[in-house]
Amino acid sequence: MKRPIFRPARLLLPLLCLTTGCSGQSNVMNPQGPDAALIANLSRILFISGAVVFVAVMGIALFALWRAHGRGNDNELDPVVGRRLVVWGGIGLPILVLLGFLVISVDTDRRSLASQFADSEDVLTIEITGRQFWWDVRYRADSPHLEFRTANEIHVPVGEPVRLELRSADVIHSFWVPNLQGKMDLIPGRVNTLFIQADEPGVMLGYCAEFCGDAHAHMQMIVVAQSPAEFEEWRGSQLRRRERPTDPALAEGFDVFMAKSCAFCHAIRGTLAGGRVGPDLTHFGGRRTIASAILPNTRGHLMGWLADPQPIKPGNHMPAVPLEGQDLQLLADYLLSLH
Amino acid sequence: MTSTLVPETDSEGKADPLERTWSSPGGFLGWFTHVNHKSIGRRFIITSFIFLLLGGVEALLMRSQLAVPGAGILDQEAYRQFFTMHGITMMFFFAVPIMEGIGIYFIPLMIGTRDMAFPRLNAFGYYVYLIAGVVLYASFFLGLAPHGGWFNYPPLANREFSPGINIDIYATMITFIEISALVAAVELIVTIFKLRAPGMSLHRMPVFVWSILVMSFMIVFAMPPLMVSSVMMAVDRTVGGHFFNPDMMGDVVLWQHIFWFFGHPEVYIIFVPALGFVSMIVATFCRRPLFGQTAVIVALVATGFISFGLWVHHMFATGLPRLGLSFFTAASMLIAIPTGVQFFCWIATFWGSRPVFRTPFLFILGFFFVFLIGGITGVQLGSVPFNTQVHDTFFVVAHMHYVLIGGALFPLFGAFYYWFPKIGGRMLSERLGRWNVGLMFVGMNVTFWPQHHLGLMGMPRRIWTYGEGMGWAGLNLLSTIGAFILAAGVMVFIVNVFWSLRNGAPAGANPWGADTLEWATDSPPPAYNFQHLPTVSGPHPLWEDGWADRPKVVGLRPTHREVLVTDLMDAEPQSRMILPGPTYIPFLAAAAVATGFIGVMFVKLIFVFALLLTYLALVAWNWPRMAHQLESEDGREHRLARGQGDGGMNRELEGEGQPGSGDRPWPTQGPGGGA
Repeated sequence: MKRPIFRPARLLLPLLCLTTGCSGQSNVMNPQGPDAALIANLSRILFISGAVVFVAVMGIALFALWRAHGRGNDNELDPVVGRRLVVWGGIGLPILVLLGFLVISVDTDRRSLASQFADSEDVLTIEITGRQFWWDVRYRADSPHLEFRTANEIHVPVGEPVRLELRSADVIHSFWVPNLQGKMDLIPGRVNTLFIQADEPGVMLGYCAEFCGDAHAHMQMIVVAQSPAEFEEWRGSQLRRRERPTDPALAEGFDVFMAKSCAFCHAIRGTLAGGRVGPDLTHFGGRRTIASAILPNTRGHLMGWLADPQPIKPGNHMPAVPLEGQDLQLLADYLLSLH
Repeated sequence: MTSTLVPETDSEGKADPLERTWSSPGGFLGWFTHVNHKSIGRRFIITSFIFLLLGGVEALLMRSQLAVPGAGILDQEAYRQFFTMHGITMMFFFAVPIMEGIGIYFIPLMIGTRDMAFPRLNAFGYYVYLIAGVVLYASFFLGLAPHGGWFNYPPLANREFSPGINIDIYATMITFIEISALVAAVELIVTIFKLRAPGMSLHRMPVFVWSILVMSFMIVFAMPPLMVSSVMMAVDRTVGGHFFNPDMMGDVVLWQHIFWFFGHPEVYIIFVPALGFVSMIVATFCRRPLFGQTAVIVALVATGFISFGLWVHHMFATGLPRLGLSFFTAASMLIAIPTGVQFFCWIATFWGSRPVFRTPFLFILGFFFVFLIGGITGVQLGSVPFNTQVHDTFFVVAHMHYVLIGGALFPLFGAFYYWFPKIGGRMLSERLGRWNVGLMFVGMNVTFWPQHHLGLMGMPRRIWTYGEGMGWAGLNLLSTIGAFILAAGVMVFIVNVFWSLRNGAPAGANPWGADTLEWATDSPPPAYNFQHLPTVSGPHPLWEDGWADRPKVVGLRPTHREVLVTDLMDAEPQSRMILPGPTYIPFLAAAAVATGFIGVMFVKLIFVFALLLTYLALVAWNWPRMAHQLESEDGREHRLARGQGDGGMNRELEGEGQPGSGDRPWPTQGPGGGA
């Protein structure tokens, strides 16, 4: 906390995204879901009419000045002209534009997923809990044994609305996937609801948009949109529980995991590791990214992360656990085997 | 005897007793005794300008950090402190105080009186401001500055997640500096209501005075909620309260409501005086009265009211009920109407005039361009669906700087160029002025236009670094280059001030040929402002025929700091008031209060001790004035307004044998008929 103000950053940071298979960079104006498309459309109308208003008002102002300059010493203003200017330009124009804006923005709201599905029971519901500085993702199901947790990677079936129940375990975060939907805060003590829907299969990047502390800049997530069949397959695979691996090398890695402090914070379902402080790692090897979507999940990045998470994501709450080279490799191999 | 009642005017127009009565002591220790509004106003302006530079340097460092992906200039903790300090500095320590400072300097001149209504309170406000700023920056240089953002949302700001002293400094210093804002506001209101020159009824008040009046009322209503919430925050942090602790049924959204109930009007507190500058400068440089002055004033007042009904548009992403949100959408858009009215009143003023394109007017044209963009994006942000996409992204950063730089900083720099001759006695260089406008205009747009795109490309606010693959690098670099151009513009201004203070052309009383009373006296004005207080019969006194022949107020004793109290609506003279002179008491009182606010962060009992000190300071403050201070030369007593109706004073003045004073509603003296 009491570090000097000027300190050379310890590392040049992440690459991302392109390597993790994001379908393009995030952009509000490149919607990949119905709500984002509605908003992009609304934005386009707002921008164009804004530009028209700007040109009109600046045009009138410049015309007034130009006219002023050109005309000899005529220094009288016809009050009728002035009054017309103020009434039509100052009151009429804004009212017209504002009413237009109000109507289309209420209409956009009315056609949103939230308006259509707010009361619908049979919508896939995912509970997302914001934590400093990662996303705890829990897939709800009718029966407890069909529920599971994952982290920082949200799989959704294409073409179906998904209800997100947003909670926070510590401070306020905000869930934002620009290509899918506007943002919604995750507020401790409250539950907010957000609907998303993806039109096409793909991977989209999302961010924490509310300042949440030191590692706020590195709190991201990805949304993986899959065909319903692939999604169901993935969902089924996530239910698989783990036990001590039979492969001796992996078993050694598992022992490192259990012996070092990893298991205090992380859970691997089926084993004694049941920590809830950090992300659930039951299917870690299948995830595309690490460190809340700031690095691709490769062996090299993982080993760097395990050796010392702080330079990669300064201010995050994962301590650097002292690991010898051998242990580090065993642990990384074990984690990557958790498909 | 008469000679003591009418200021002695010798051939050079010098008034020795007046000069002596109103002068402030020199020297280092003397500095702590000043109460004159020009002295205090100048301090406010200079101090807040220094805070502008500090806030600007913070911005440049942040921009440098964001110029390229993964830069290593600031780390995450430093960046937190920098964006928090940038916000706090610009909002609380620059924008509001400088508007108040200009008000404190110019309101008494513009309404034709000699000082503010409560000169000691004025000085007290300044010391509170100075101490708060020094403490805040001391914490910054120790690396302990507030780091929860200027909005300081709990629970991140609660002790659980921010255990250090950083947020304590926020909670106490924000409460503390608001005292300064509040006393200045109260005082500006009373001064404007009660000390106007005879004849300056409310509808004859210059637009700038109206804008300061609206600003002051807004401060009076907006700052107390902030003080309440920051005290609640301090209670949570220091003695374990649970107002904002969700684990104990506290509500973190409550903070957001209170903060933005203050925070939104805050923007307009900065913006409304700037609108006043624009109206003054437009009228002066178009050489004609502002078109639709009444409409402009009504629009200012309406802006003040509506601005209190918009706060929720900062909270569209918190999941509040949708129906409530559409109310705030409507209100957020509604505020465009009064601004639209003012825009078109200015345009109508341009219409057919022959504007003089000097630096202040060029800044106003820059304001037109830049603020219009910010205003339009502001209306767009009122739309809930659109807002949820761009909220907390660089789009909002761009919007907000277009509004604040376009809407407040450009008019402010215009006002610097406009009024500098009055304060400094010399004109600022026109050539440097043009460079100043040009660099600031280009720099501003190059910095902030790309940020709209960055926001749409998904760049969230308050991130201290970003990766290569995000595609944000090019625009960020452009934005950083713009920031340095903008800074170069500000540097040109500083050079201009220092150069012109030595080499500028002498300004004379009214270099721009303007219409308001501050231009009726010397540049810089004497300590007593006016040899004789003016009287007014229209909204544009200096442009009226026969201004030189207007009757002047006589009968104020040059041996006392006397001002004329007039009534609220029509500025009819009511009584004379004796103002206090130089004194250490405001400084001591500010120091006593500061002891409590600073001490409570370390040892809670200091608060009690400081309460005692403050009590003593207030006793000294309210100590009855010595009889000899209140007695007039002829042995009669002039109480403050109390117990003396107009009649009494008029009779008394008649008694002094002023020719013609009996048949005028106020004591006056013809121009030729000096004593």
